[in-house]
Order: sequence, then C-alpha cells, then structure tokens
Amino acid sequence: MPVAAHPTETDEPPLRKLYRSADGRMLGGVARGLAGHLGLPVVWVRFVFLALFFADGLGSLLYAVFWIVVPLGVGGRAPEPRSLFETAPDGRRRLRKPDRGQVFALIALAIGAAVFVSNIDLGGSANRYIWPTLLIGLGVILVWRQADNARRASWTEEGRRRRTLQIARGLAGVGLVGLGLTAFVVVRGSAAQLGTAVTAAIAVLGGIALLAGPWLIRMSQDLSEERTMRIRAQERAEVAAHVHDSVLHTLTLIQRNAEDPGEVRRLARAQERELRNWLYKPEGTGKDEDETPDTLAEAVKKAAAEVEDKHGVPLEVVVVGDCPLDDGLVAQMQAAREAMVNAAKYGGEGGAVQVYAEVEGRRVFVSVRDRGPGFDLDAVPGDRMGVRESIIGRMQRNGGTARLKSAPGDGTEVELEMERADG
Amino acid sequence: MTEETTGGAGGDAGSQARRVRVVLVDDHRMFRAGVQAEIGRTEETGVEVVGEAADVDQAVTVITATRPEVVLLDVHLPGGGGVEVLRRCANLMGAAENPVRFLALSVSDAAEDVIGVIRGGARGYVTKTITGTDLVASVFRVQEGDAVFSPRLAGFVLDAFASTDAPPVDEDLDRLTQREREVLRLIARGYAYKEIAKQLFISVKTVESHVSAVLRKLQLSNRHELTRWATARRLV
Repeated sequence: MPVAAHPTETDEPPLRKLYRSADGRMLGGVARGLAGHLGLPVVWVRFVFLALFFADGLGSLLYAVFWIVVPLGVGGRAPEPRSLFETAPDGRRRLRKPDRGQVFALIALAIGAAVFVSNIDLGGSANRYIWPTLLIGLGVILVWRQADNARRASWTEEGRRRRTLQIARGLAGVGLVGLGLTAFVVVRGSAAQLGTAVTAAIAVLGGIALLAGPWLIRMSQDLSEERTMRIRAQERAEVAAHVHDSVLHTLTLIQRNAEDPGEVRRLARAQERELRNWLYKPEGTGKDEDETPDTLAEAVKKAAAEVEDKHGVPLEVVVVGDCPLDDGLVAQMQAAREAMVNAAKYGGEGGAVQVYAEVEGRRVFVSVRDRGPGFDLDAVPGDRMGVRESIIGRMQRNGGTARLKSAPGDGTEVELEMERADG
Repeated sequence: MTEETTGGAGGDAGSQARRVRVVLVDDHRMFRAGVQAEIGRTEETGVEVVGEAADVDQAVTVITATRPEVVLLDVHLPGGGGVEVLRRCANLMGAAENPVRFLALSVSDAAEDVIGVIRGGARGYVTKTITGTDLVASVFRVQEGDAVFSPRLAGFVLDAFASTDAPPVDEDLDRLTQREREVLRLIARGYAYKEIAKQLFISVKTVESHVSAVLRKLQLSNRHELTRWATARRLV
C-alpha cells in the first residue's frame, strides 16, 4: 500500500507522483490533485471535467476512474492559505469545516444536474433510468468520500469525533444506492414484482456474504496483523541500531580494556547512563544530551554525569523538586560541580559520591558527600584556593552560603544554599 | 570486591548466630548467579539462598513452598512483574507467624516502578548497583521488619509528598512529619542510619521507626496523586 502517500513535506520530489488532493476538494480531490500535478489553476481542470461531462458523460467517467486509481495524498500543490479554517481563534487545532463555498458548489451542482437530467431526453425507456442512476451515483460518491476521509483520519488521528458522522454517511450512501437499485427494478417491471426482486437480491447478497465473508474478514485480519508486524519490525530495527551504536561498541571497548578495571567501570557506567536515558526518557523531550540545561535538576545531573565520566567515580544523584535556573543558581551549580570534582578526586575510593539537590520554596539546597578519608579543615593551608575561592567564595559573592563538614576518616560533605531570584 | 575485606557485614549485631533464608526472584540467570555468589556464602554473610525463580508463577510456587523470611524481588518479571508476585503473596506477607517480607531489587529507578512495588507491600527498594555488603545489611534489616530506603527512594518519597496542592484525604497518612522529612532528607543525602541518629541526636531505633512510619504512609496513603505523580515521572 502506498505508505509513500503519507504527507511528506518534501518540496520537490524527483519523481512527481499524482495524488488526489486531500485539501480543499469538492468530491474526490481529483481536479485539485491534477491541477497541482500539472501546475494549472484548479478552475481550469474543473471546467475541462465539466465540459467533458457534457460529451456523453465522459467527464464523470474519467473522474470516477481517477478517483479509483489515484491514491489520496497531498498533491503536487501545497494547500492554499486556508489555514484560517484549521486553527480556531483560541489557538486550538480543530477539524477544518467544509467551507461555505464548497457547500454552495455542491448544491449548485445538484441543482444543475437535476435540471440537466429533467431536460435531456434520451428517448424511449432510457429516460426512466436516469433518476435511479443518479441516486446510485450519489450513494457511491458518498461512500467513496467517506472511505477517503477514513484514510485521511488515520493520518491525522482526528477521526474519533467524526466516527458517528462517518457511519451515518456510509449508511446514507448505501441507502441511496439501494434506493437507486430498487428504483431500477420498479421502473423495469411493475411494482408488484418489487417483493420478489428484493427477496432475490437479499438472497444473492446473503449468499455472497456467506461465501466471501470469512475470506474478507481473514484478509482484513491479515492486513492489520501485517501492519503491526511491520511497526514492530521498525521498532526492533531502531533498538537494534541503538544497541549496535552504543552498547556493542562499549562492550568491545570493555573487552579491550579488561586489564584496566577503572576504565571498564567508567565505560560501563557511561553506557548505563546513556542507555537508561534512551530507554526511559519520555518521548518528545529530545534524545540528545548536549543541550544546555535550563532547569536545576538537569544541570545537577549533567554536571554529575560529566564528573563521573571524567574521574571514573560513580555519583549517585537524587533531586527533589525542580526549578528554572537563574544567575544565583548557575553560580551554585558551578560551586556544586567543583565540590563534585573534589569529592571524586579525593574521596572517590570510599564508594559512590552522593549528590543531593532539593528545591523547597525559595530555598535551593545542594549537598555533595563523599566517604573518603576526609580532612581537617583547619589544617588546610591558606594558599589552597580551590575550596575557598571556587566554592565558598563563589557562593558568598552570589548571596548564598557554603558549609564544609569534614573530619579525618569520616568523609567530606559540602552543603550549598541559595535563594532563588524569583519567588 | 570490598565485602571481602569487611567480611560479614550483615552481622554487626552478632550475626554469626543469625541466619536469614532468602529467595531470589529475577528473570536474569546471570544476575541471580551474581547475587548468589556475593551474598550466598552462608558462613560469612548469614544469608542462605533457599530458592530461585525466574517468573511470576515460579516465584509464587517457590515462595509458598520454601516460606523464606526475605524475598529479593525484581520489578520487571515475565508474567506481570514484581507487583503481581506481591499481589499473589499478600496472604504470606500478612501471616501472623513467619511472615514473608519482600525487598525490591531492580535495575530500574523509574518512579512508577519504585512506588508500584512499595505500594504493593515491599518493605524496601534498592537498586542493583548496591554493593554486596549493603545488600546483606538490607536483607537483615527487612527480616527484622524494618524498612529499607535507598537514597533514591527517599528522594522519590520526599518529592511525592512535597506537593500538597490537593487537600489530603487523611491528614495522618498524607503528610510527613517534620522529623520524618528530616530523616528522609538525610537518607537521600546518603547517610547511614547510625549517622542519621548521631546527626539528629536520636537513637537508631527511633530512626528506624521513623522510616517504617514513612513506609506505612507510602503504602497506605490514599493520596490519589501518588500514582499519577509516579507515572508522570518515567525517570528522575
């Protein structure tokens, strides 16, 4: 089936395929699609069809053939600026309503056809068949358009609300066709034969349904099964591609670096984090990590991930609450990052470094804790600027506070507090 | 591995006498083997692995047959997951004597998984990156009827109970006390119970009772947003 008919935004594909237009169509979108394909105004094409219609109804025959053969799609022509009808004033996307022009055109068409039909005289008995034929044609058009709509709805997922309407339209179409066929029968013979004719028709239909029904059902089941299989295969291909790209490469690297436990651990951790991100990240949030974070939680996690990769020490991150970053918090994040680096460098052998961030009202609290040897704060020489400047000093300059807790043999903990700029 | 040097860490309270019977439920044979190797040396750790299971049906059968004291339960299992095991073993959990207690052990740290098994009745939740030493300690803690909160679980709970935008259905259950929050916060920061007790000038027993109270609130609280909250966060 023409999966390619899915509306793509390609402006000028190398091979231009003819599609019926789904947008702004009157009946089947044949004229619009052709116009788009040939680069002609729609009105011209419609005129040609109308003109051909008067040549013994050739136009309608052609139109019907096009309708059957050409798949529905977004034609060679971009939809005209009709977007007014697509977005409601409140900004909500909504179904395009059939605009007034289209309705008028259809009514005019019907009146014209009626006048045309009552005026022409094909002579003899043929005259009596015109109205039934028209009814049948109308019914067929209704049903076909409805089938088109169903297909279109499956692209845009907008069909749910319209389902009852669709069913009603389908039933109306079938009813019209049935009415037309009955009229045929009535016109041909006498009304007395109607009962027999209807019974015979029902019997034939029932027989066909009995014979072909199971086969049709099986076919539709096979079709939907095949579709799910294809979707599954696509998903599997995507997973396989990802696993190949990252996991297999990492495993290869691990095999090569088997003698270097530190490197193996670093690789495994980085891969675990990446895979986890890929698996559990909600859809639509973007799968790449490279963007600059704009919330506190993202910033903490990003900093921790970088430190983890660089120093090969696991960092366990727990974040409670979240808020957007402001200048003060950016400074706090830099201080936290420095604290993480220190913890990874000097306290990493004691196990995972614990990073905790909490947003509570206006207060943002970050703690970085390692279980390393710890140190005596007073014994640190005054010229060691790392902690004093890049952690304590930075926090104070930005209106926050930093506390250092450490005792030999008891690990080190850095606590950073900052007020958010906006309430 | 570090637990070689520290030895039987499960036994800081004279564990040589204590034994705990454990069933491992995990669909990865490799993982079961790894855990078995790490904690299953009964003489050193005091943990005796009496059964293993790879899916829900097997788990229920093995647990019913062996009646272990602690079940290490994976969250993702064929046949309905850890939650299903918990549901079908509810009568064993509530048994008056020799109740079976569950400790969830999972590679997933998605909030909905964590909250799901805790709501299902698990006494704690630890991630698979936990060291053998800590795991043994957690098993013993659960066996004593205590709750085990990993830092991440503590973070989840704080987060879930922090948003008090909806009026609580049951004041007692739907709010954490100030002390409980403090304890959780320290757990989330990576403190051990002993360190928390020292920090807050309370006894380890008091810390334990706070944690158990939080677990009870988590399991019983009918805050309807709790589930919604968890599903809203596939991963933190």
